[in-house]
Formats: sequence, structure tokens, C-alpha cells
Amino acid sequence: MQLVKPRLVVGLIIVSIFLLLGFVAPFFAPEDPTAWNTYFRNLAPSAEHIMGTNNLGQDIFWLLTWSIRNSLWIGLSVAAFATIIGVLVGLSAGFLGGFADRILTLFMDIVISVPSLPVLILISALLGGKTSLLIIAGVLVLFNWPWPGRQARAMSLSLREREFINVAQASGESSAKIVVLEIMPFVLGWALANFINTILVAISAESGLAIIGLSSLKDATLGTMIYWAMQHQALLLEKWLWILSPIFAIMLLFIGLFLVSTGWSDYFATRRGRQ
Amino acid sequence: MQFAKFLFSRLLTYVLVVWISITIVFFVPRFVPGSPVEAVLGRLMSQGTTMDPKLVQSMRETLTQMFGLEGTLWEQYSSFLNRVLLTWDFGPSLANYPTPVSVLIARALPWSLGLMLTALAISWTLGNLIGLLAGYHNKSMTSKAIETAAMVMYPIPYYILALLLVILFAYIWPIFPFVFQVSGVPGSWPWIQSVAYNSFLPLMSIVIVSMGWWIISMKAMAIDTKEEDFVQYARYRGVEDNKVMVGYVARTAILPQITVLALSIGGVFGGSLITEILFGYPGVGTLIYRAILGSDYNLILGTVSLSIIAVATATLVLDIVYPFIDPRIRYK
Repeated sequence: MQLVKPRLVVGLIIVSIFLLLGFVAPFFAPEDPTAWNTYFRNLAPSAEHIMGTNNLGQDIFWLLTWSIRNSLWIGLSVAAFATIIGVLVGLSAGFLGGFADRILTLFMDIVISVPSLPVLILISALLGGKTSLLIIAGVLVLFNWPWPGRQARAMSLSLREREFINVAQASGESSAKIVVLEIMPFVLGWALANFINTILVAISAESGLAIIGLSSLKDATLGTMIYWAMQHQALLLEKWLWILSPIFAIMLLFIGLFLVSTGWSDYFATRRGRQ
Repeated sequence: MQFAKFLFSRLLTYVLVVWISITIVFFVPRFVPGSPVEAVLGRLMSQGTTMDPKLVQSMRETLTQMFGLEGTLWEQYSSFLNRVLLTWDFGPSLANYPTPVSVLIARALPWSLGLMLTALAISWTLGNLIGLLAGYHNKSMTSKAIETAAMVMYPIPYYILALLLVILFAYIWPIFPFVFQVSGVPGSWPWIQSVAYNSFLPLMSIVIVSMGWWIISMKAMAIDTKEEDFVQYARYRGVEDNKVMVGYVARTAILPQITVLALSIGGVFGGSLITEILFGYPGVGTLIYRAILGSDYNLILGTVSLSIIAVATATLVLDIVYPFIDPRIRYK
């Protein structure tokens, strides 16, 4: 049985390239990538500017890496907070049981059912272009923690009845210790797949808002880069690299994240199955 | 009895979801700095018209009343709930004064529903059909190629594909219109043609992306189902291969796809909002966008509330209908 599927490997390679572009490459940027008129305008791709410059005098390649960096930051921080909150709430619901469990479960069901995009649009619209990435990330956390929450609850319910938990309980371990030492390792494997998925969801929501000009318009993200390109007539000037590079970056990044998340779920399921 | 219990808890969740969402919609504008009344007044002032303070004061009062911002917070809240849930009256639109918001929404809603339902119907049918064929003949090369294509399409957001389609087919190779513009008398044949021509790209951007998931999931289920005992038995009994695929495998595997359809409605709706804006398609998404650009407070609240209620209701209906479609679920 082949354990690591090619799907997971391809996904990991794509995501690693993006991590390098986003978190390592910007350190080598010669100037502030978002500043205007740093270079001559509308230069064709050359050895010095591998993707050329746009009509604002920005180097498209360095602007792209900076946008990838900010988009990844949003995705990673939203995913981290949502997963931590979700796993904690879900585990508590599962172990407390009874009334507390019912209330928490109902609450998670409700939050999941509230469509988040209209609410985000509402907030951004009322803030009138002064939205900060922090606010958007915060709202995304609020709407995304119940997914890992429900899963963690379901897992803790089934784990509670398992043999090794009973043994730990009988040997006088405290509940907190049981949760941390015995349950966590099981939950974390699954939570990783969810974590990666949430990165995708968060980046997608932010870029969607950004493209219609409802995200923070002063920070470069993949979405705002597309918005700027459209606002400054990239199409009319035929600056294809300017507008198409963030579009293809989003497509590739999402394909990579999706492959990693499904590939990891498969891998984790088979590994658990063998135990 | 069991069904009554299911129905009750499902309805309870629905009521809570709608109530909490509407409460969020009510409170968000009040936590955001800046008053919508002052924003409108400020915009009027900045246009250069000098108005005497008395007139400004009376406008301020009219706007406060128009936006439902009179009285205590509790009074505002109860009147807002009343307006959203019972009377569907969001007051007049500011940008299109004195047209009521509800009229503007009623005009845009059929467009959005038409686009979404057509897109869902096409992608669900086509996706499940392709998934079934690919899963039933899963050893073939075509099947593997189809799955790879679906895995690549699925994670792409609607609006990214929409942008790409606009750039490719309305700009670089302009065979479709860049701006949504329908001509002819509504209902006439040229009008239908014009609508179909203008809606083609927005429709395709939703269909192509949402099809990915139906292919992936249907393929996986078809592979599982075709190994089950009752399918094997049918095959040994000499039932024709195509009949096994349609009558046994497809009939079983299609059921979970209906539940997933219910879960996907929110996502499709959200995605199509942005797609509409990018194409200038005259639906609710574009209406929200125009409301934002024009600081049309009542219209923003109306369209956002409507979107939330629409998604919650559609999901509820599919959830309740599902047990009647799946013969394996019996509520006695």
C-alpha cells in the first residue's frame, strides 16, 4: 500500500514554493515593493525586473511576493486562531456533555449557518474603505472556528469511550492531563487538514472582498493587487503580467493547499487505519 | 414522531439563525464609527451647495427617521426586526428616492435566482453524470484525467475564474460583451437571446468551478457503491451493465449529493454575489455593490438581510425535503 500519495507531494511542493516566495523572497526586495515610482514605468521583463514594472513604477515581481506574504499571513493567522478556538470549544463540549454540550453544539450550528460574506460586505461597506486586515481577519475567525469545533466534539465523544482513555481515567489521571496527552494527538492530526482548509477559505474571502474594493486598500494582498491593476487600467495598457500574475498565483496556491489538505486526510486516515 | 422531533429542532435552528443574523446586521452599523446620516449630509455639503443650518437640521431629522434611527436602541431594534421579518419594508432607497428598497430587491432577485439555479442545475447534473461515468469505469485513463481536472478546478474561487473569463473572452478575444447590456422587449425572443448571450460568461464561471466537487464526490461514491453486495448480485443475475450503473449505482450514490447541495447553497450564493459585480449582472450582488458605492444605507441593510434569509431558507427547505427523497430514512 502506497502511503504518501503523489497528490500530497505535488501539493507540498506548490505550497513550499509559495512559502518561499512569501516569507523569504521579500527580504531580498531592493526597495519597498508597494512604493510608487521606484523604477521607470512600464518596463518590459528583463534580467533586472523579471516580470517588468507597471505604470505606477512598481516592480511586478516584488509586488507579487509582498502580496503573497500578506495573503499568507491572513490565511495562517485566521486558520491558527479558528483551529485553536474550535478544538478547545469542541473538546470541552464533548467532555462536559449534557446541557453545556447541547448549548455549545447549537451555538456552533448557528454560527456555521450564518452566511459570512454578506456580513463582511456590510462591515467593509460601513467602514468605507478604511477596513483593516485585522478586522477582516477577526471576523473570519468568528465565522470559521465552529468547523473544527464540531469535528473536535465528535472526536472527543467517540474517544471518550475508548479503552486507553478508560485506563488513564482508572489510573487516576486528571481530566486535563487526559485531554492534553491522550486526546490531543488524535485531534491534531485531523485539525491539520482543517487548518490548511481554513487558510484557503480565509485567503479566498479576503481576496474576494479586495477585488471589489472592500478590503483594506492600503495593504498589498493578492486580491488588492488585482484591484489596483484593474483600477489603473492594466487591461487597457495590456500589462498582462500585472493583472494575470496574482490571478494565477491564487489559482496555483489554492490548488496546492487543496491537494495538501485532501492528501493529508487520506494519509492520516490510512495511517490511523493501520494502528 | 421522530420526524416531528427532527422538524422541530431544525425549525428552531432556522429561527435562531435568522434572528441572530438579523441582530448582527442591526448592531454592526452601530459599532462602526461614523453615522450614516452625517455621511449623507457630509456628501451633500462637499458637493458645494451651501445650505442654511435650519434646512440641514430638518434634513438630519428626515434622514434619521428614514434610516430607522429614531428613539432608544430597543425601539430601533424592535422596529428593525418588525421591518425585516414581518413587513419586508426597508424604507425608501436613498440613491433612487423615493423607490422603496423592497421594489429594487424584487427587481433584482429574479436575475440572481435565475443565474444561480441555472448554474446549480447544470453543474449538479453534468458533474454527477461525469462523476458517475468516471467512477463506474475508474480503471480507464480518461477517468483519471477527469479526476485530475476536477481537482484542479474545484479549489478555484468563482470570482477568480470569472475574472479570467472576462479577460480572455471579453477583452483579449472579445466574443462576449464586456458590459452586461440586454436589448429587446422583456419576454420576446430577441430579448431571451440577448439575456442568454450576456449571461453566458457569468454562468460558465459558476458552472465550471462548482462542477469540480460533484465530479470528485460522485466518482468516489460510485467506486464504493459498485463494489457493494447488492450491485454484485445484480451483475451476477445478468442485469445489463448500463442498467446496473443507472438503476443501482447512481440511484444509491445520488442521495448524499442532495444533502451536499443544501450545504453548498451558501457558498454558491456568496460566490455569485462577487461574480455578478464583476460582470455587472443586474442581480442582488450588483445591487449591494451599487448601494455601497452610493452609501445607500437602507438598501445595504435590505440586501444584506435578504441574502442571509435567502440562504438560511433554501438550506432549511432542502434539509426538510431530503428525508422524503431518501427512502432509507424513515421517520415514524
